[in-house]
Amino acid sequence: MGKSRRDFIKISALGTAGAVVGSKYLMAQNQQLIKENPQGPWKMAEDLERTPTYCEVCFWKCAGWTYKNKDGQIQKITGNDDDPNSNGRFCPRGTGGVGMYYDEDRLKHPLIRVKDSDGNQTYKQASWDEAFDFISERLNEVIEDHGPECIALFTHGSGGTYFGNLLKALGSQNITAPSYAQCRGPREVGFITTFGEGLSSPEPTDIRDTKCMVLIGSHIGENMHNGHVQEMSDAIDKGATIITVDPRFSTAASKSKYWLPIKPSTDLALLLAWIHVLIYEERYDKKYVEQYTYGFDQLKAHVKNMTPEWAYGITTIKPQVIRETAREMANASPATIVHPGRHVTWYGDDTQRLRAVAILNALLGSWGRRGGFYIPDKAKVPGVPHPPYPTPRRTWRDAMEGKYELADLALANGVCDATIPSARFDCSIKAWIVNGTNLIETLPNRPNTLEAINNLELLVVVDTMPMEITGYADVVLPECTYLERYDSLRITQHREPTIALRMPAMKPMYESKPAWWMAKNLADRMGKGDYFPFDSIEEELDYQLKKVGLSLEEMQRIGVKKMERPYDDLYYHDGEEIEFNTNTGKIELYSTSLEEYGFDPMPKYTAHPEPPSGYYRLIYGRAPMHTFSRTANNPNLTDLMDENTVWVNPKVAKEWGLKNGQEVYLQNQDNVVSSFPIKVRVTERIRWDSVYMVHGFGHAKKQLSRAYGRGASDAQLITNIMMDPIMGGTGMRGNFVTFNFDKA
Amino acid sequence: MRYAMAVDTKKCVGCSDCVVACQTENNVPIGYCRDWIVEVTDGTYPQLELEYRSERCNHCENSPCVRCCPTGASHYSDGGIVLVDHDKCIGCGACIASCPYDARYTHPKGYVDKCTFCEHRVKHGQDPACVAVCPTKCMYFGDLDDPNSDVSKVIKKRKYKTLIPEAGTNPQLYFLI
Repeated sequence: MGKSRRDFIKISALGTAGAVVGSKYLMAQNQQLIKENPQGPWKMAEDLERTPTYCEVCFWKCAGWTYKNKDGQIQKITGNDDDPNSNGRFCPRGTGGVGMYYDEDRLKHPLIRVKDSDGNQTYKQASWDEAFDFISERLNEVIEDHGPECIALFTHGSGGTYFGNLLKALGSQNITAPSYAQCRGPREVGFITTFGEGLSSPEPTDIRDTKCMVLIGSHIGENMHNGHVQEMSDAIDKGATIITVDPRFSTAASKSKYWLPIKPSTDLALLLAWIHVLIYEERYDKKYVEQYTYGFDQLKAHVKNMTPEWAYGITTIKPQVIRETAREMANASPATIVHPGRHVTWYGDDTQRLRAVAILNALLGSWGRRGGFYIPDKAKVPGVPHPPYPTPRRTWRDAMEGKYELADLALANGVCDATIPSARFDCSIKAWIVNGTNLIETLPNRPNTLEAINNLELLVVVDTMPMEITGYADVVLPECTYLERYDSLRITQHREPTIALRMPAMKPMYESKPAWWMAKNLADRMGKGDYFPFDSIEEELDYQLKKVGLSLEEMQRIGVKKMERPYDDLYYHDGEEIEFNTNTGKIELYSTSLEEYGFDPMPKYTAHPEPPSGYYRLIYGRAPMHTFSRTANNPNLTDLMDENTVWVNPKVAKEWGLKNGQEVYLQNQDNVVSSFPIKVRVTERIRWDSVYMVHGFGHAKKQLSRAYGRGASDAQLITNIMMDPIMGGTGMRGNFVTFNFDKA
Repeated sequence: MRYAMAVDTKKCVGCSDCVVACQTENNVPIGYCRDWIVEVTDGTYPQLELEYRSERCNHCENSPCVRCCPTGASHYSDGGIVLVDHDKCIGCGACIASCPYDARYTHPKGYVDKCTFCEHRVKHGQDPACVAVCPTKCMYFGDLDDPNSDVSKVIKKRKYKTLIPEAGTNPQLYFLI
């Protein structure tokens, strides 16, 4: 192996002491688990000590309770009845979140990259003081040599609040999360350019009261977006019509009145044909469209020839089915939801596809209406006052040369690209802090990510687990799990405003520490202590809560505070005057801002490349018991699912002689072969032109003892990126794989 | 009193939350389970049907496991809940062999273990952990002798099936179809 400046290091090489502690601990824990309850009759849940938390296993952030048994060990985690995100019911990942705490493979000590006497790179266990000294010195060097703008933060999860504050205090706005440009970004821009506002999270889809819901590539029930799963179930109970568009017979498809097994990559043609039917059969909400929208006549002319017959040739969905489903939507309107989905970075024209989704909702009059989209509200809680942030002279955007100006948040791939030195701009990013996101798996085009990393002067990784990204770090900081820490208050939107508290149920294991403590210590060392004007996070939380008439003490008791909406504005009132936040003040069926930036003001269908003979489109998705790669080593959740499989249609299996359970390697169009074999699942549930796998498996880090080599990584096979020219999203569904039997 | 459970296959998404909630509620060791998910696909693309079932002990009225237990460890408790007294169980495995639903396993400590309908919760008026956690609310639990219980009402209203009825065990786990 060549000695690049940054060799990939196996973290366990030096952590022998830690590993022994870990396995002893696990043994003790297992004994605990199998020990019978000594009290004989079962103790009631209510007798157990409980502390409030909100979940960190995914972004839904459900609020709940952590229960401890009388030995002081975590017994279980359940939902908080007052929480609108969970309604007292956690999903399998939240219920199994306890495994994050007990995982013996956790990061245990701060680690610093050093060279041994033979010049080999390795990690040395360090004290927190040593780690902070090292990081602050290196960050100060970057600031002196290049400016504070050359520091970037990649984050996913609660720790981002405090590291974000540190970055802004230092003078950088390069703060990014892959959940934007690798996931929901096109949806936000598609809706902002139409309605003047995005969807955010949890999406304000009024599924509870819907009469018709259209899922297009969204697999609720496999994505465990808790509130949506619950409300979809309520809607099924009430007899709502569900229409699912998916090349795979998803769980949601099996619950649907209509399943449209669309040819992959042609969704936009179907959406345009639906728009055509609504307009030319005059089934749209005329009053709503007339009062609130701009550009109807242009839209009508635009879709004139986009008939169901036109779409049939593209999508393989029969014209009669297109018409019938459009009529179902219209009959149920305005209580119809064309669901915007969440992971929508597919083919590079994603903003336009989501524009079509937004336009459909506008024609149905569902935006701001019961059973369509409600208007969310959020608690307003002031922060602790601190000095104003310095204004950065540059950001990652300067490296984009005028592209992607409509992106409303930073692009993780943009920050990554701005890290690779270029003759075109005067400064590249030199230091990364990465918190809670395994960039090796979350960013597509892995060689590009590695090139960026190789050009860094400092890479600090903050995580609970030895994910792949930790192997490239100069410093690894062990974060304690959400069950061992306070965090900033959860203030998310919903039908009613709520505040939720996370407090520690347990003391941090090993030497792990919370992110707020790390960020504050670094700020103090770098002369930015004024931006963290509190000694402990409890002090900060209590200050904030008292500003809204609550207290930390009360929140420790109740966990979730539901507040009243100040106004009766969950839905628009009939005929209400509304000014939308767009150029025209109307819902823009014809987007003036897209036109202004030189893009199509109305969505157009373009054909995307199809798999060559012998190759199949790689489609990936979620399993209900895992969150990306974050949970791949969780002992409770691997017990439910410990590897992914590649779904293959029986026709394809016959052609290749594939058998259920047989292991194959996957090879993509760029001849990238998966590092590990994956088991074949022969199933009718997938189209013959595609294969499907769950994202988040195929880990290459041996220190993830339950996840290592289990299944294959879709991210590794995603090397062809279809960039969204509007907002810089990375379309990932243009990759094709074939089967490789001997990993030649 | 006759405890029973109904599982709505039209709502179940097969997420396994019931499995992990049971494990943490009842200290079921990792690697074992008292309830599990069955997925059945029928048809050929694109004419397909898919059914998920959350399965567990059927708490049969005529339980072969109780009949064959040589020590009396397997027994009926209040409301017909079939339980194993861990202290009386010698781990002979006769009940495991006799159960048509494969609902029992040998615990690493040597005794046979299975679903208890969370009797410890039910006694206090709570639902079993699997029912209480389910995000799709697809499970209904209660007393079939009480016409106003959730389970009685839903069974009256909906079509249902039981598993392997031909075994003659009179199972008390109903699947709404």
